[in-house]
Amino acid sequence: MASKANQANFDVKKQFETVEEQFQTLQILNEEGEIVNEAAMPELTDEQLQELMRRMVYTRILDQRSISLNRQGRLGFYAPTAGQEASQLASQFALEKEDFILPGYRDVPQLIWHGLPLSQAFLFSRGHFKGNQIPEGVNVISPQIIIGAQYIQAAGVALGMKKRGTKAVAITYTGDGGTSQGDFYEGINFAGAFKAPAIFIIQNNRFAISTPVEKQSASKTLAQKAVAAGIPGVVVDGMDPLAVYKAVKDARERAINGEGPTLIETLTYRYGPHTMAGDDPTRYRTSDLDNEWELKDPLVRFRKFLEVKGLWTEEMENETIEKAKEEIKEAIKVADAEPKQTVTDLISNMFEEMPYNLKEQYEIYKEKESK
Amino acid sequence: MAQMTMIQAITDALRTELKNDENVLVFGEDVGKNGGVFRATENLQKEFGEDRVFDTPLAESGIGGIAIGLGLQGYRPVPEIQFFGFLFEVMDSVAGQMSRMRYRSGGRYNSPITIRSPFGGGVHTPEMHADSLEGLMAQTPGLKVVIPSSPYDAKGLLISSIRDNDPVIFLEHMKLYRSFREDVPEEEYTIPLGVASVKREGKDLSIITYGAMVQESIKAAEELEKEGYSVEVIDLRTIAPLDIDTIIASVEKTGRAIVVQEAQKQAGIAANVVAEINDRAILSLDAPVLRVTAADTVFAFSQAEPVWLPNYKDVIETAKKVLNF
Repeated sequence: MASKANQANFDVKKQFETVEEQFQTLQILNEEGEIVNEAAMPELTDEQLQELMRRMVYTRILDQRSISLNRQGRLGFYAPTAGQEASQLASQFALEKEDFILPGYRDVPQLIWHGLPLSQAFLFSRGHFKGNQIPEGVNVISPQIIIGAQYIQAAGVALGMKKRGTKAVAITYTGDGGTSQGDFYEGINFAGAFKAPAIFIIQNNRFAISTPVEKQSASKTLAQKAVAAGIPGVVVDGMDPLAVYKAVKDARERAINGEGPTLIETLTYRYGPHTMAGDDPTRYRTSDLDNEWELKDPLVRFRKFLEVKGLWTEEMENETIEKAKEEIKEAIKVADAEPKQTVTDLISNMFEEMPYNLKEQYEIYKEKESK
Repeated sequence: MAQMTMIQAITDALRTELKNDENVLVFGEDVGKNGGVFRATENLQKEFGEDRVFDTPLAESGIGGIAIGLGLQGYRPVPEIQFFGFLFEVMDSVAGQMSRMRYRSGGRYNSPITIRSPFGGGVHTPEMHADSLEGLMAQTPGLKVVIPSSPYDAKGLLISSIRDNDPVIFLEHMKLYRSFREDVPEEEYTIPLGVASVKREGKDLSIITYGAMVQESIKAAEELEKEGYSVEVIDLRTIAPLDIDTIIASVEKTGRAIVVQEAQKQAGIAANVVAEINDRAILSLDAPVLRVTAADTVFAFSQAEPVWLPNYKDVIETAKKVLNF
């Protein structure tokens, strides 16, 4: 039995209850498309609401086409995005052009809506370095493969912005699994210590490949990890575009005002496999769970909401779908026209100036590739 | 001209570049108020302010990450990893991220980062402080690896490293920090990366080496000279990329060579130098190229350190095998 002194000093149950109370899920738009939290409703014009819907529909089509192109062997590495549109797109929608995005490997849609040409997203998927040759003025970096690395780099980008006095933020994305990495904690801790203008998003889609979030951590929410770093943490309904937008918009305002970083956990779900490289979700997820989450679909609820307001029609939906298909077709053509990446391209891009060994090897590969 | 120790020359180089380029940032554990555990950043925070010279939380991976992020924002970061044995904590940032930034982004981004870090044996540190891990770095494509052996070289090489637009691992041997002084110009100067220094000319044998082993090799060469051998000593200064021209020219002249390193024997810099000599100058050789190295173990605890570390006697022994082949 614990001593009286211990009981008086340390009430574990109370400590956790207090923490849990602080991390209630923010929802503005429920599954029926009804506003349930008028007070939190972000200021968005009708045109902005329509644009956000258009982007979500477009991105759902892009996901479907990408999966099919991958199956035809016309795309390479691809991590499906359906289900995560609100989490991905509404967070990007709250940004300004000068904000810098450091994505994880599933976060290609945010890059596209931040200005990365679609053809480059396809080249990235095909394993061509030109996919990552971000155009000037587009403030993003290519998707991170080592999960966690983007968090510490985001702290650095944000610190740089603070030092430069730029009124902008660095925003980075990881998943539920990513929060188990040491770099996750180092990233939020550095940004907190430096009061750097960063936004850290955890897209909690409940599975890190096959490992359920319950096995990642004893932590009840992932957002509460912010407390240890001394920064605010927020949990939002990641299937609700308005809640995601609101949380990121508020975090951005805090950051710009010099109040430091925010950690945002979006509760979401990926309908598809981890990637198209052979993952089979039926090995680790039940169809009951899939169905439960599909009822929360961000497009369905946002469409209902906009239809009631008279802001969305079937015609607009179809126009968006056709536009997406057309642009995807065009972008694939552009990607197809890109000459294959060569080893000499690779050798030329290792250093600003080639050292002797690469100079010699360049000649060898130039000869090989001329055949 | 001032007489400086290597640590003073390093501080001087940092000061020079902090003055020259407002994008240069110096940071790491205890580098601010404390001036670094070896005082390499002594007074720099006072002089340049907390915005330019700052302490970080105690996390090497985080230090690597912010270096990369600051590089993306146009800064020229000069982080310190307090001891190079802590490299393993920052390995992803070094080998998985900054070294690949240029290629990964098709030249859109780069990592103009110079990681400074003390390493090297003979000063009786606890474990994980003194290891020679430069071989791991040299085997990582996309990095330059620089190891000065004198105060004069340290200043010129560090300034060049900071100005380089690719990531440089700049390793400072702890035993050399205060072991001797030499004339170091107070004004700025650079020593190009990838260029070796012929410390001593000779015609019978080439000793190719770097770091603290330069002193041991010079001492060995002096002893050998008393016995009538003319020994050349080459300080590589940069181990990635190698100065292949200087190495090969020397071997073609002497016909005999040994390679001396403080690190373990397996798969290291010395093995690479031997292979390059075989590739390029085998017909000039009168004897096999041998190596002087530590044993293929982890770094010795301090009681075993004096024997574990190669010294000038080991160099003489191996040199004679090659000279008498």
